[in-house]
Amino acid sequence: MQEALSPPAAALPQLPKAPTGIAGLDEITEGGLPLGRPTLVCGSAGCGKTLMAIEFLVRGAQEYGEPGVLMTFEETADELAANVASLGFDLPRLQAAKQLHFDHVHLNRSEIEEAGEYDLDGLFIRLGYAIDSIGAKRVVLDTIEALFSSFPNETVLRAEIRRLFRWLKDKGVTTIITAERGAGTLTRQGLEEYVSDCVILLDNRVIDQITTRRLRIVKYRGSTHGTNEYPYLISEDGILVLPVTSLKLEHEVSDEIISSGVPSLDEMFARRGWYRGSSLLLTGTAGTAKTTLAASFAAETCRRGERCLFFAFEESPAQLLRNMRVVGIDLQPFIDQGLLRIEASRPTLNGLERHLVTLHKLIADYQPQAVVIDPISNLVSVGSLSEVRSMLTRMIDFLKVNNVTALFTALVSGRNGQLEITEEGVSSLVDTWISVRDLEGVGERNRGLSILKARGMAHSNQVREFLITERGIELLDVVIGPEGIITGAGRLTQRIQEEARRAVRQHEADRRDRELERRRRVLEATIANLRTEFEAVEEELRHAAQPPAAGPDYFTPHPNTRP
Amino acid sequence: MPLVMMELREELTAAALPPAETWELRLYVAGQTAKSLAALANLRRYCEQHVPGRYQLEVIDLLQHPQLAEGDQILAIPTVVRKVPEPIRKVIGDLSNEERVLVGLDLRPQLR
Repeated sequence: MQEALSPPAAALPQLPKAPTGIAGLDEITEGGLPLGRPTLVCGSAGCGKTLMAIEFLVRGAQEYGEPGVLMTFEETADELAANVASLGFDLPRLQAAKQLHFDHVHLNRSEIEEAGEYDLDGLFIRLGYAIDSIGAKRVVLDTIEALFSSFPNETVLRAEIRRLFRWLKDKGVTTIITAERGAGTLTRQGLEEYVSDCVILLDNRVIDQITTRRLRIVKYRGSTHGTNEYPYLISEDGILVLPVTSLKLEHEVSDEIISSGVPSLDEMFARRGWYRGSSLLLTGTAGTAKTTLAASFAAETCRRGERCLFFAFEESPAQLLRNMRVVGIDLQPFIDQGLLRIEASRPTLNGLERHLVTLHKLIADYQPQAVVIDPISNLVSVGSLSEVRSMLTRMIDFLKVNNVTALFTALVSGRNGQLEITEEGVSSLVDTWISVRDLEGVGERNRGLSILKARGMAHSNQVREFLITERGIELLDVVIGPEGIITGAGRLTQRIQEEARRAVRQHEADRRDRELERRRRVLEATIANLRTEFEAVEEELRHAAQPPAAGPDYFTPHPNTRP
Repeated sequence: MPLVMMELREELTAAALPPAETWELRLYVAGQTAKSLAALANLRRYCEQHVPGRYQLEVIDLLQHPQLAEGDQILAIPTVVRKVPEPIRKVIGDLSNEERVLVGLDLRPQLR
C-alpha cells in the first residue's frame, strides 16, 4: 500500500503526480497529488489537515528524496515538531539534514499599522528563499487563511494570494495549502476559488457518539480519482486512508485445501476441507456452537504449525480458553507456542475504522495464516449497517489479498433464522457459508449444520446433526425417517424401532428357514421312501426274470440243428 | 486607539525615557519599485520633520538579502520596523498616510 503506483501504460501522457506516501491516499488519487501544482486540503478543526500536510513533506523527504518547505502561520516550528514526534516524524533531524525548512510566519495584528499601498512581496521572498536554500520540491502553507485576520485590506490580500498560487505553480513546487472549512463553503475565505487543480476535503463527523473521519477528493483536474468518501484514521504511523483495498478483484488464489478441524465436517466438502485463503462465514442463532466450531478451526490451524489470530468480541481470552477446554479443544499450548493470539475487546471500544486498523496492524505484525473474528455481527453495535458492510468488505478484501484464511461467525436472530447483516452484506463476499441452527423437535432442541454455499467445490446438501462432546464437535450420520430427518431423541427412538423391526425380521427369517428345513426333511424322507419302494420293486422284478439254475439248455436250440 | 491610552503612554514615556531618545527604523523594500521609493521618501520626510537628528534609518533590500525577511517577520512590502524604542512596531505600505505612520511609529517631537 505504501509504494507509489506506477501509472498504467497508456498512449496519452498522464498528468505527472507527486506521490504523497500516505497509505491509501495515493491509491485514491491514482498516484498522488498533481506534480508542481497547488492542492487545497480543507476541513474542520481537528481533522488532521496539518498532519496530512506534514506527512506529505516528511514522506516526500524520506521516501522520495524531495525536500520540502513548511510555512506555518499558526504553530511554531517547535510546537509542530513536538506534535508530530509521537508519529515518529523527526522534524529537527530532517531540518538539520536540509531536507525540511521551517518558516513560522508570526502574525500579530496589533503590531502592524497599514499606511498606504503595499503588496506581499516579503512573503514571496521568504518562501522563495526557503525553497531555493534547500532545493525544495514540496511546499506546505499551513494555514494561509490566517493572513486574513492580519491584513485588513482583503482586496489586496486576495490578489496577492492568487498571485502566490500562480507563482508557486511557476516555481514547479507541489504545494499543499490547508484551510479551515467554512459554513456552506469548502473554505472560510473561499480559497477554493484560487486553487483549481486538486481539492481534498477532510471531514470529522460524529454519528451515534462515534467519531469517524472521512476524506473525499472534491476535484482533481486532469485526472481520474476515487470519488467516494473514504474513512481515514490518524494512527501511530500517520494518516491512514482506507480505500476498498482491492478496487480491482485480482488477488491470487490458492488451490490448497485446509481442514476445518472437524473431520466429519471436512467430509461434507467434496475436497475434504476448504481452500486456503478463502473466507468463510458461519452463521447461527444463539447457542449453536459457532464459537466452538471457530475454535476447532483455530486449533487445527495451530496444529499444522501455522499462526492464527482470534478476535473475540464477546469473551475474554481466559473465558474462551476455559470454555473450549471443556469441549476438548485445548488452546493453551498453542498460545504458549506463539501460534495463537487472542485479541479480545468489546466492539464498542473503538469505531469501525479503528477496528479495521487494529486488524491491519496485527496482521502486518503477526503474519497469521488464519484469522477468526467472533462474531462480526457485534460490530453492528458500533456502526450502521452500511458502514459495517463497507468495513467488512474492506476487511475481507484485505485478508484475501494477503491470502489469509478467514472465518467469521455471525449471530442471526429469530426463529426463522433471519439473517441480518449477513444477508446482502457479507454472504456475497464470502466463499463458503456454513449455517448452524436449532432443529427444534418434540420437546427438544438439536443442532444442525448445513453448507449453504461453497465456491469452487461440490458439497453435501444434507443438514447434519452434530453433538458437542468432550472430544470436540462430532457430526452424526443422517437418519431419514418417514417424516424427514430425524434428530436427537427421535434418532434414538428410530434406532430402537429399527432394532425391533430387525429382530422381527430376523425371527421371521429364522422361522422361514426352519420351515424350509422341515420341508426339505419331509421331502427327503419321502424321496428315501420312494427309493426304498423302487428298490423293492426292482428287486422283485429282477428275481422273477431269472430262470431256474438247470433250465436254460433245454429251451435253447442248437445253432446247427434244422428241423 | 483610545484617547486615554495615548495620554497614559505619553506620560509614561515622557517620564521614563532619557531626553536623548532616538528612533531606530528599518525599511524593508524589494527592489526599486515605485512603492518602495515612495515609502523611503515619505519616511525620510516624516523623520526630518518630527524627530530631526534623533533617528537612524536602515534600508534593506530583500531582493539582495532574502534571508533577512524571516528575522523581522516581513510579509508585506514595503514595511518599516521600529526597532527602538521598544516595543517593536511595524507599519506597512508606501507610508502615504502620514497620520497613520506617526501613530504607528510613535514619531513625535520631544516634549520638553
